Amino acid sequence: MKSPVTFWLNGSETAVFVDAGANLLDVLRRGCGDLSPKYGCGQGGCGACTVLIDGEPHVSCLVLAETVAGRSVETTGGLSNGPDPHPLQRAFMEGFAAQCGYCTPGMLMAAKALLDRNPSPSRPEVEEAISGNLCRCTGYEPIVDAILEAARQRGAA
Amino acid sequence: MPTEYRKDLFADERSDDFDIVGKPIIRQDILGHVTGRSKFYDDHAFDGLLHMRCVRSAHHHARIRSVDSSAAERQDGVVRVLGGRDVPVNVNTLLSLINFGRDDEPLLAIGKVGYVGQPILAIVATSVRAAQEAVDAVKVEYEELPHVLDVEEALKPEAPIVNEEYPNNTFDYFDTYDHQKLRFGDVETAFSRADHIVEGEYQMSPIEQAPMETCGAIAAPETNDRITVHTSTQALFFSVGVTAKQLDISSARLHFIGGTVGGGFGGKVDSHHEPLAALACLATGKPVKYMWDRAEEMQVGGPRGGERWRIKDGVMRDGRIIARAFTGFFDAGAYTRLSSYAVQKSTGHLPGPYSIPNVASNVYCVFTNRTPSTAMRGFGITAVDFAIERHMDKVARAVGMDPIELRILNAYRDGDMKAHRREAKNCALIESCQAVAQKTGWSLSADAMRASSKVGGGEGALGVIPETVTDDEGRIGERRRSGLAPEPLSGQGTRRLLPEGYSSNNSSAFGNAPQREDMEAEIERLGFKGATVVSSTPQGPADQTASSARPIEPRETAHAVHPAGARGGPSLPAAYTQRPASTINQPIAQPPERAPGTPVVQQPATPPAAAEAENESAATHFQRGVRRPGVSRFISGSRRR
Amino acid sequence: MLEVQTYPTVGEAASAMDDRARFLGGGTLIMNRVNYGDRRFTRIVRTTDASLSEIRAQGDRLEVGAGVKMAEILASRDLDFLSPAARAVGGPAIRNMASVGGNLMAPHPYGDLAVALLALDADVRMVSGEEMSLEDFLARRNGVVRSLLVRRPQGDEFRFRKVSRVKPKGISVMSMAAHLTRSAGRLSGVRIAYGAMARTPVRVRAVENALEGVSLDLAGISAALSVATEGLDPPDDPIASGWYRREVAPVHLRRLLLGEDAR
Ligand SMILES: Cc1cc2nc3c(=O)[nH]c(=O)nc-3n(C[C@H](O)[C@H](O)[C@H](O)COP(=O)(O)OP(=O)(O)OC[C@H]3O[C@@H](n4cnc5c(N)ncnc54)[C@H](O)[C@@H]3O)c2cc1C
Ligand code: FES
Ligand code: FES
Repeated sequence: MKSPVTFWLNGSETAVFVDAGANLLDVLRRGCGDLSPKYGCGQGGCGACTVLIDGEPHVSCLVLAETVAGRSVETTGGLSNGPDPHPLQRAFMEGFAAQCGYCTPGMLMAAKALLDRNPSPSRPEVEEAISGNLCRCTGYEPIVDAILEAARQRGAA
Repeated sequence: MPTEYRKDLFADERSDDFDIVGKPIIRQDILGHVTGRSKFYDDHAFDGLLHMRCVRSAHHHARIRSVDSSAAERQDGVVRVLGGRDVPVNVNTLLSLINFGRDDEPLLAIGKVGYVGQPILAIVATSVRAAQEAVDAVKVEYEELPHVLDVEEALKPEAPIVNEEYPNNTFDYFDTYDHQKLRFGDVETAFSRADHIVEGEYQMSPIEQAPMETCGAIAAPETNDRITVHTSTQALFFSVGVTAKQLDISSARLHFIGGTVGGGFGGKVDSHHEPLAALACLATGKPVKYMWDRAEEMQVGGPRGGERWRIKDGVMRDGRIIARAFTGFFDAGAYTRLSSYAVQKSTGHLPGPYSIPNVASNVYCVFTNRTPSTAMRGFGITAVDFAIERHMDKVARAVGMDPIELRILNAYRDGDMKAHRREAKNCALIESCQAVAQKTGWSLSADAMRASSKVGGGEGALGVIPETVTDDEGRIGERRRSGLAPEPLSGQGTRRLLPEGYSSNNSSAFGNAPQREDMEAEIERLGFKGATVVSSTPQGPADQTASSARPIEPRETAHAVHPAGARGGPSLPAAYTQRPASTINQPIAQPPERAPGTPVVQQPATPPAAAEAENESAATHFQRGVRRPGVSRFISGSRRR
Repeated sequence: MLEVQTYPTVGEAASAMDDRARFLGGGTLIMNRVNYGDRRFTRIVRTTDASLSEIRAQGDRLEVGAGVKMAEILASRDLDFLSPAARAVGGPAIRNMASVGGNLMAPHPYGDLAVALLALDADVRMVSGEEMSLEDFLARRNGVVRSLLVRRPQGDEFRFRKVSRVKPKGISVMSMAAHLTRSAGRLSGVRIAYGAMARTPVRVRAVENALEGVSLDLAGISAALSVATEGLDPPDDPIASGWYRREVAPVHLRRLLLGEDAR
C-alpha cells in the first residue's frame, strides 16, 4: 500500500508516494532522488542519515515517512546556496574535516542545527551537538574545529 | 598540535623541501563529500531495483539436512531464490587469484555450514521487506555438529573438522607444514646459555572494521551483454577476478565501478557481494542490490582475526636478548580468506625491530567455527607488535632495566642482519625512543642518549646470517595424529644445519612463500642494488660451501632446498593439481530456468558433458590471464615484459 | 506486509490496538524493528492527536503527555527537574524524536527517563482513563499511555545519574535516581530507582529501607551501599556484564547519594 505525502524538501514543495512503513531516509533517497543522507545502520546509532525536520536534527532512518507531511525537511543536498558553499561546507573543506566523506552529510546537518540556534557555541556544545554522529575515519578533532571555524566565519561576516 | 620536524635527525637522508607534508591542502574529492554528491556505490538510482537478502546459518557448525524455500518462493515480491548450485563456481578462495591456497569457501553453503550467519540461500525480491519476509519463511533443517571456537582446541586430535579442504584445521604451508616456520640461528642453545628466560602469552580479540558504509554492491544489466557493478569494494580488481571466476564469465563482461568507499579499513576486500549481485542480475535480468544492514556487517563481516602469541626470550643479565621464540595462532574462522597471508606477513615482521641473533617461530593459520576473518589495517602485524612490546616491558622488569633503555640496547641498527635475512637499513627506533623520552621527561642514561641507529650496526655476530638449525617438525597431519606441541623445535623431527651466511629467498625454512614463476619479482628489473644473480646448478644446503655471504640466492638453489619442490607447473604437488572436477567444471553462464515453486536444492546440476563444452568455448574467447595446465585462468593478467 | 493506520484521536488509536499492532511514539525503537523486518507486528498505529504532546498543571501535579519528546522536556521550565534524565537519552537527534511514552516501554538497557520518574513516584494515566503507579505499569507494560503525572521535587532532594562508557552520548551501564526526602535532618521515605539493572527500571527497596532514618553522609549510607544490589540480577549485554554492573553499583550509588562528582 502506497500513500501520498507532501512536504517541503530544501524549500521546494515535494510530493511522493511512500510504502507503508517506509522510513524517511529511503523516501528521500529513492523517492525524491536526494542521495545526500546516507545509510549507516538503520538503528539511529550512527547519524549518517541526519536531516533537519522543522529545523531540528532527526535521524531520518527512524522517521516514519508519513509523519513529515506538511513539514519542512532540510538535507545536505540543499545546504549550499547556488554555487557558493555554506560556511560549514567551506570550513569542512579547508579544515580537512572529512576522509571518506560518508559521515559528512549527517555531520553537516547536526552542525547546522546547532549554529542556527547557537551562532557561537563552545567546544563542549559542538561535541554535544555531534554526539549522535559517528565518524569511523576518526575525524572528530578536525570536525569540531571546522564547526567552530564556521561559527567564527559566520560571526565575522 | 602542530607537527614538529626533527631536522637534526638523519638530515643527510632526506630532503626538507616538503611542499605537501605539514601544510593544509584541500582534498580533490572533498567538494563531493561536503555537498553530499560523492557517489558511493548505493548512490545510483535504478528503475525496478531488486533487493537481496540471505538465509543464514543459525549454528556454528551443522550439516544442512534440507532446505525448503517453497513457501518463500510463493510470497509476494519474491523474484528469485538462489542456492549454491546456481553458482557456476561456488567454491573459491580469495587468494586463488595469485594461486595461494586452495578453494575452500562456498559463496552459498551446500551441505554444511561452518559459522553462524554463513549464507545458504540468496533471495531476490522487489523490496527489502519482501526479501526479509521470504528469508523468514525458508525452513532449514540442520543436524548440529560439534564446533570449536578456540585456536588451540582446534589443533587437538579430537577437534571437529571445520573446513574439509583443510582437515587438520590448519592452512597448509608449502604443501608440507601445518604452520609457517622461521628459523634463524639456534634458539635452543642460546636459551641454555641465557641468564634469564622470560615467557609471556598475549591475546587479541577479533575486531570488526565497522565502516560507516556497510558492504554492498549493485549489479545492473547493460547493453552489449555486460553487467555494471557498483561496489563498495576496496579491491576492485580482486572483486572483478572473483566475480569472473565464480560466475565463470569473461571479465570483459564485467564493468566494475568503485573507488568511492565509505570507509573500508580492510573489511571490504572479501568480494562476496559482487558475485552474488551479478549472479542475481544474470538470473533476473534486473538491477539487483545486495547490501548488508548494520547487523549483518557486525555479525558476518570478516573482522580482523583474533590472535594468540606466546613469546619466549633468552636474555643476558645486561639486557641483551640473545634468543626469541614465537608461537603464534591466527584465528582464520571457518575459511581462509586472507589469514594464510597474514601469517606470512607476521612472520616477516618477527622478531620486531630488535636485533636478536637467534629467532624461531611457528605461526599457525587455524580454522575455527567463527566468522571468517580478513584484512584490517596492519593485520598480521598489529597483534604481534602488541605482544612484542608488552613482552619487552616484561623483559625489562625481569632484568631490572629501564624499558626504554632495553629497547635502545636491543634495537636494530643500520647493518644488522634481520631474521628474514635482509640487512636493516634506515633504522630509527633508537632516535624515536630518545625523542619520546625527551618529550615525556623520561630520563635516560647518557649511554642511551648517545646511542644511534647509525653506529654499531652489523658488528660481530649481529651482522651475519648465523649457522641455523632447521627441522621438519609439524608436517601436515602430524600434529593431529600425535598431539605434537605447537612450539618451535618441540618435537623429535630431523634437524639440519644450514651453514653461516646461507640465505635464500625461497625456502620454507626462512619464511618466504614459493610464488608462481610469473608472479615472481625479477630483481634486475626492480633495480635491486647489490643483487648478484648467479645461474647455478641445483645445490642442497648440505653441499653448500659455508660462509660466503650471498645477498640474493639464485632461484634454482631455492628450488632444490624446498622439500616438496612446490613450484612450476609439472612438479606441482598433488593437492594443487588434483582438483575435484566438480569444482572446476561447474555449470556455466546463466542459472537454469526453473518453474516457480521448485525448491532450489532439488535442482539437477547441468550434465557434465554440456558443462565441458561450455568450458571450451569460454576458454577460446577468454583472453585474459594465463592458461597453462594447473594454473588458474583467473590470474588477473600475465606479466608484462 | 506492513500497514500504517493514522487516527485523529488517541482514543480511536487505542481501540485499534491488538497484539499484532504497535502504537507509534517517536519511532526510535519501532522503526528500528521495522527496518530490520520484525514480523511480530504487522500494523503501526499512530495518532495526530495534539493533546498527547501537552505539558500542563493538574492540581499539585504536572501532567506530561506521553507524546512529549525529550527535547521538549529540556525546553520546558516547569520540567527542569527532569532535564538531567531527558538529556541523558541518546544524542540530539534521538532526543527530538524519543517520547516519554516510548521510554516507559523501552527494553533494557533503555528507559533512563523512566528511572527518574520512578524515583519521583509518578503515576501513569492510560488512554482508558485508568490511573496507576508507574511501578505497577512497568510490571505489566500494556495499553496505550496518555500521560504521566508527577510532583515537582523540592530543593535538591532529587538526584539523577547515568553511567555510560561514551560521553556525552552513551547507552547506560546503569542509571540511578534518588528522591531524598528528610524529616528532622534524617532521611525518611526515600525512593531509589535503577535503570539497566533489571529487565525494567526498578525501585530498590533494600536500599530505601537501609536509608530510613540515617543521616546523609558516608557513615549514614554505608548500610545502604552494602545492599546496593540486593535482590537484583543485573543483565549481561554488550555494554557491561551483570557482574560488572553489580560490582560498580555501590560506587555509583555513593556518588549519587553524596552528590560527588564522577570525574
Ligand atoms: C541511538 C539510540 C540511542 C538511544 N539512547 C537511549 C538512552 O540513552 N536512554 C534511553 O532511555 N533510551 C535510549 N534510546 C531508546 C529510545 O530512543 C527511548 O527509550 C525513547 O524514549 C523511546 O521512545 P519512542 O517514542 O521513540 O518509542 P517508539 O519507538 O515510538 O515506541 C517504543 C515502544 O513504546 C510503545 N509506545 C510508544 N508510545 C506509547 C504510549 N503512549 N503508550 C504505550 N506504549 C507506547 C511502542 O508501541 C513501542 O512498543 C535510544 C535509542 C536509539 C535509537
Ligand atoms: S542510518 Fe540512521 S542513524 Fe545510522
Ligand atoms: S570521514 Fe569516513 S566516516 Fe567520517
